[in-house]
Amino acid sequence: MNLCQLLCGLVVGVSALTFGTDVQAGDWRIKGFAATEIRAYTQDAKWAGQSDNTEISVILNPEFRYKSEDRKHRINFIPFVRGTNTDGERSHGDIREAYYMYIDDKFDVLIGANKVFWGVTESQHLVNIINQVDLVEDPDQEDYLGQPMLQIATQQDWGRVTAYVMPYFRERNFAGVEGRLRAQLPYDTHKATYESGAEEWHPDFALRYSHYMGDFDIGLSYFHGTGREPTFNVTPEGKLRPHYSLINQAGLDLQYTTDAWLWKLESIIREGHGKTFAAAVGGFEYSFYQIFKSDMDLGILLEYQYDGRDDDAPITIANNDIFAGARLAFNDIQDTEILAGMTFDHENQDSFINIEAERRFGDNFSAEIRARFITGADEGEDLYEFARDDYIQLRLSRYF
Amino acid sequence: MKMILRNASGQENIRDMRFSVLEDPNPDVGDKSLIIFDTPADISGTALLSHAKILEADDQWVFLPEDEKIKRISSKNKSGSFFSSEFAYEDFTAQELNKYKYNYLRQEPCPNAAELTCDVVERFPLYERSGYARQIAWVDTTYFQSRKIDFYNRRDSLMKSLDFLDYKQYEDKYWRPQLMKMQNHQTGKSTDLVYGPYSFNNGLSENDFVKGVLETLY
Repeated sequence: MNLCQLLCGLVVGVSALTFGTDVQAGDWRIKGFAATEIRAYTQDAKWAGQSDNTEISVILNPEFRYKSEDRKHRINFIPFVRGTNTDGERSHGDIREAYYMYIDDKFDVLIGANKVFWGVTESQHLVNIINQVDLVEDPDQEDYLGQPMLQIATQQDWGRVTAYVMPYFRERNFAGVEGRLRAQLPYDTHKATYESGAEEWHPDFALRYSHYMGDFDIGLSYFHGTGREPTFNVTPEGKLRPHYSLINQAGLDLQYTTDAWLWKLESIIREGHGKTFAAAVGGFEYSFYQIFKSDMDLGILLEYQYDGRDDDAPITIANNDIFAGARLAFNDIQDTEILAGMTFDHENQDSFINIEAERRFGDNFSAEIRARFITGADEGEDLYEFARDDYIQLRLSRYF
Repeated sequence: MKMILRNASGQENIRDMRFSVLEDPNPDVGDKSLIIFDTPADISGTALLSHAKILEADDQWVFLPEDEKIKRISSKNKSGSFFSSEFAYEDFTAQELNKYKYNYLRQEPCPNAAELTCDVVERFPLYERSGYARQIAWVDTTYFQSRKIDFYNRRDSLMKSLDFLDYKQYEDKYWRPQLMKMQNHQTGKSTDLVYGPYSFNNGLSENDFVKGVLETLY
């Protein structure tokens, strides 16, 4: 039997009967949220110039989305702005998304600023490299700046292949002199230096393949361009000036889903930050469903982080660490959820504890508590400079 | 489509969603479905893609718009609540023939449509992790439409009843209920699924139900 006999038979065997409800006409939708946030640090600041005050912020994040009636044309525009009372650098704005997308049956094209996420693990996002981290927004490095790009993707039976051309580099932001969660020396944020002569205009390039085969989900990626992580040079005035090097990075992300287990692995090989090195994070999430005869689900997470980089590469805290966590989903009408996790460095004995809880109120309000603590960070250890920056944060959001 | 969640004292919470299905006529292959949530506003854009299997756990992915993250999730928990409603995931995945073994009980006037006669059939789920010991289904003998299903839990006590109401015919052939009402007899809670206008053969294909499509939806 030749290939067509097999494949064509399969195609004919698939029904043409599809149905849907509420098929929408082409329209603009305006959504998003406004929020207020209070962040209280539990200890006085460690470094000269830092504010001891409780931080109060106002956040506005509207979303404008257009979709044409035939679903082939989409426009997204999502600006973001935060105003904070203590640190001028933490008061910042960004265009999270501003793009036009054309979607055909077999391919799609996107032009503009967008956010792209690759990866599977919970404690660290090694493979994810397209967007710069919005570090002043949250030290957990899960907020990102919008990245200008041309993205072309094709969807085939054997997976989705996406190519990215990124003409402009976004610098990482850092806390100002008054800000908490900074190193002893203040950052010289806006005078970054680059390996590339074109500086932030060096065109970066990336390629991604992703698909699933049975119980496996796989992603392969390659990136060439200015690495998103900086190294620092100390200036004569005693400031930390970011330097961005050109890198090549190959990445793999893999998940095996079976029964109530999610087995996860992310791994990279990177050239250009010191000696070529490999890094990996892997582990599992296991869920207990309907615990104690309630509707609640409890997930247990365990991951190990390895990183082989040398001292010439950007500093990482995730070099030989164990992450253990638990996720409790109440599965109630308010979608109440609690996530608690601890990352423990078994070489240095320092650890980072993170607790997040959120709940909806009514249809449009939501409240979120985040608490972060650093323990056991003695002088010279990775987290020492932030050791007094434990905080508890409450956010109230109004969605519209 | 609207999902109306009602607690024991009658308080309502409403969820708006869009629902599309690719039905497969092969009785050994499950349907593919995509659900996109429009409300509540904080989860707007969240999508659930399911490739249903007959006797095994389904393949499921969620798209979380806040992080642009696509996550393969475990679907072992077919008996768990679908987005805090009285429907379990397994109630949603289509009523495929090969998911049960059957026992014919009797004929009687249909519940919800007394002018019609119904076959009453007892059926036993073959999926080993089903939350049900058995179900009793009423199917009318004129249009062969499901009229009602009683669900018995693992301890074999009556747990829930599902009523299929307001059947409407589309394109002169496809009958679909406009309202499905699930009543939980043990908690007093109920969930209504109110279907908006259906459209058939609207050009959706296999390609609209692959994992990669989640990247282009929102």
